[in-house]
Amino acid sequence: MTKKEFLVKIGELKTDIGILKNLELSVGKIIEETWEEKPGPTPFPSITDLREWDFKLLRRYRPFYMPFCDVCCLCTFGKCDLTGDKRGACGLNMAAQQSRIVLLACCIGAATHIAHARHLVEHLIEKFGRDHPIDVGGVNVEVEAPVTRLVCGIRPRKLGDLEDVLDYLEGQVTHLLSATHTGQEGSNLDFESKVLHAGMIDQVGMEIADIAQISAYNFPKADPNAPLVDIGLGVVDASKPVIMVIGHNVPPAVEIVDYLQENGLHDMVEVTGLCCTAIDITRYDPKAKIVGPISWQLRYIRSGIPDVIVVDEQCIRADSLIEAQKIKAPLIAASPKNCLGLPDRTNDPADEIVADLVSGKAPGALILDPEKVGEVAVKTAIQVAPKRRKFKAVPDVKDVIEGAKRCRRCSQCRRACPNDLDIPKAIEDAAKGRLERLAELYDECIGCARCESACPEDLPIHSFIVKAAEKKIKEETYKIRAGRGAIQDVEIREVGGPIVFGEIPGVIAFVGCANYPKGGREIAEMTMEFASRRYIVLTSGCAAMSAAMYKNEEGKTPYEIFHGAFDAGGIVNVGSCVSNPHIAGAAIKIASIFARKNLRANYEEIADYILNRIGAVGVAWGAMSQKAAAIASGFWRLGVPVVVGPHGAKYRRMLLGRKDREEDWYVYDARTGEKVYVGPAPEHLFYAAETKEEAMVMIAKLCMRPSDTTKGRAIKLTHYIDLSRRLLGVMPDDIHLFIRTKADIPITMRDEILKILEEKGWKERKIPDPTLLPRLIRRREE
Amino acid sequence: MAEPWQTAEIPGPKKALVITKPKIVSAMIRRAKRPILIVGHEAAEIDLDGESLIDYLIRLSNLAGMPIVATAHTVRYFIDRGFRPDAWMPILDIANRLRDPNWSGLDGNGQYDLAIFVGIQYYMEWVVLSGLKHFSPKLKTISLDRFYQPHASWSFPNLNMKDWIACLKVIEEDLKERGG
Repeated sequence: MTKKEFLVKIGELKTDIGILKNLELSVGKIIEETWEEKPGPTPFPSITDLREWDFKLLRRYRPFYMPFCDVCCLCTFGKCDLTGDKRGACGLNMAAQQSRIVLLACCIGAATHIAHARHLVEHLIEKFGRDHPIDVGGVNVEVEAPVTRLVCGIRPRKLGDLEDVLDYLEGQVTHLLSATHTGQEGSNLDFESKVLHAGMIDQVGMEIADIAQISAYNFPKADPNAPLVDIGLGVVDASKPVIMVIGHNVPPAVEIVDYLQENGLHDMVEVTGLCCTAIDITRYDPKAKIVGPISWQLRYIRSGIPDVIVVDEQCIRADSLIEAQKIKAPLIAASPKNCLGLPDRTNDPADEIVADLVSGKAPGALILDPEKVGEVAVKTAIQVAPKRRKFKAVPDVKDVIEGAKRCRRCSQCRRACPNDLDIPKAIEDAAKGRLERLAELYDECIGCARCESACPEDLPIHSFIVKAAEKKIKEETYKIRAGRGAIQDVEIREVGGPIVFGEIPGVIAFVGCANYPKGGREIAEMTMEFASRRYIVLTSGCAAMSAAMYKNEEGKTPYEIFHGAFDAGGIVNVGSCVSNPHIAGAAIKIASIFARKNLRANYEEIADYILNRIGAVGVAWGAMSQKAAAIASGFWRLGVPVVVGPHGAKYRRMLLGRKDREEDWYVYDARTGEKVYVGPAPEHLFYAAETKEEAMVMIAKLCMRPSDTTKGRAIKLTHYIDLSRRLLGVMPDDIHLFIRTKADIPITMRDEILKILEEKGWKERKIPDPTLLPRLIRRREE
Repeated sequence: MAEPWQTAEIPGPKKALVITKPKIVSAMIRRAKRPILIVGHEAAEIDLDGESLIDYLIRLSNLAGMPIVATAHTVRYFIDRGFRPDAWMPILDIANRLRDPNWSGLDGNGQYDLAIFVGIQYYMEWVVLSGLKHFSPKLKTISLDRFYQPHASWSFPNLNMKDWIACLKVIEEDLKERGG
């Protein structure tokens, strides 16, 4: 850490003018320099410090806007019709309005992670002290916070050091958000630059949260062999009292586990969870169980299995209290960000709260003290379980059939369904006593229950689906490797070369939410395909869970089939949402550890290195949230392209390259200063794919980078061509753009490709030492 | 007055004109100097009274002399039928080119003036058409799908399968009779 608070306390001071008593003098912070690495040009960058870098990206990857709506309704001038080239009363046009909305989304996402980090760090400092050391991997991880080092130019050593970083991040979010006010920013490209800034600080915020919890709670520390834990609705032992935790901020769940252990109750109560709190509680206690991603909330609650529901923050259904009441399960809200209208019982005696919850006098309680949450949740679960007897909100088969007979065939359910599922047909069948079609819907249902809200007969359609799929649900028993956290420095040393040279064909990170177009199975299929091809596959959050929910013929799940090391052919679960910076961090560490680039406050140079040399791609197949938007934008600024599923088109703005515009794909050769055409590598920075098949071909293509060696490029082309042939049924029509010399041509396809090159009028070209930054040119040509 | 198929997808003041008579489509194709047909993966999943929508679209393309861009993995269904589309690329790539007034087209002869969309997920086609409505002012767009797409220039209202198939047949017959 580079800063220290300077505080002078004087009990009594006698001077010529009198006596001073109990004087306390603070002079802010003084620099304590212990880090030998030279600081780069942009420590704690302001919202404009990296604007030039952003514009370089935006000149190549131009925004393509797809407005949700023709109007702006953000101020009382409006609504303003911005259709086509119209401008609103404030002067803003549609392009700027769309980028403004993207910035708003990313500010929400970044603020959410940063506020999460702030709460977590405050709690951990209170519990473990400001001097508790940051340790995310012992001797195996020297670069403990690559994103923070890169962005801020500091090296956090203790929990207390993280507060300074959070101060900076909170300031940046405020500045960014202020730019969205009426009459502030007017240029869509400057909004876009700010979007990238929001993404960058979001990555820092997430990193702070995860390194704090890894250090304090002793989560797996960069462990490739982190334990395999249970996941799926079928893994829950419903004969025990069951506590369900939902959300992202893990302290209340940790306190539940601690209370159970301290009171010898650990084997008597099931601790189960959804979303990232579930991932993180299994990093703390491998006996805890993950039910599934965010989409499993309703189906799990309505199953009646949870006896107590504890919600913290983020991605929690706003109607969780209503749903909890349907199964007579008390609900405890544990975060100031999500109070759900409940009375604040934080200062009440635990046993009083328990009595009120068990008797049903109160449906829930707001408790803003994680330790008290632990005690109340456990006591309540034990006492309420025998009374509830797993009272459920899922109907019997007879009720499903009778309910289906009341269907008016209005199709409002289908028209409300995000995936346009043919619910009316399934209901029609159900009315005749056949539930198979309803059961089939389960695989592609994202669990939003919009169908129920739309139904004029108030049929509990989602519950019908859950009932019909009861057998499948019982068979949901899988294994997931607990989130390992960081990537070890030694792993980076071993694979840095093969990645940069292209011999490991790519690093693909499956991240984000569960708003899938055709169910989570597509995630498992994609991860296994690329791991089988010896890519390094990383996972986090809900995508990490979906990747687990598959079994091969031997009954093994992907995390059992593939290893967990950061190496070719691994499926590496880094952890929850806030673990995503370990993925960005791995790319940064390749530049730092393998290529020996200065890391400290040297953002632009490291991003330039990653864009041109590290074949990394993010895939957020079910991206839904504002947090996912911020996470993606953090990757874009670092030069890592992101692919989203078709629902991701609703983020309303893509960053698309144009491979047919040759002039967009020139870089400097750092050796000579010459401008060299390198082909569209990577072709896009942000892009939504229509289908899994399209995405897989594009992912393989996006792994190509200008610096690939000929051997590496040949390997990458082999995968690209093979996937295109298998999934699209054709040889790609753009391979001539990616072949620089004949040595790039995959040997087994040489004759066929040479013929194509001849038809295209292809000419051999040089492979530069690529950079977009003129200042990195070592020697200019005369 | 047509309603969006997905109930909440309300567009704003400018909405697609409703194709009340299918011959509007064939007339627009005839009138267009540079029409283009963009086909998404759902086209391969749609059965029109015993034939795939893909087969119908191949005939439509031949009748109108209209190039086909197959999006996603749809190209394989054309190739399976011995028909090579003029191009295949992601829906966002073709949309991004259509909004560029300087794009030279698939054949080097310049930008298109009419783009017909069919077979892309409703919600994805919805936002893509919105992008073109706002940022490609000279381009006319038609949705050939059986659900109302409010961001197109022209769209069918929400139709049942039988009526939609009948409309598609009228378009084909009209192009046969009066030329593309």
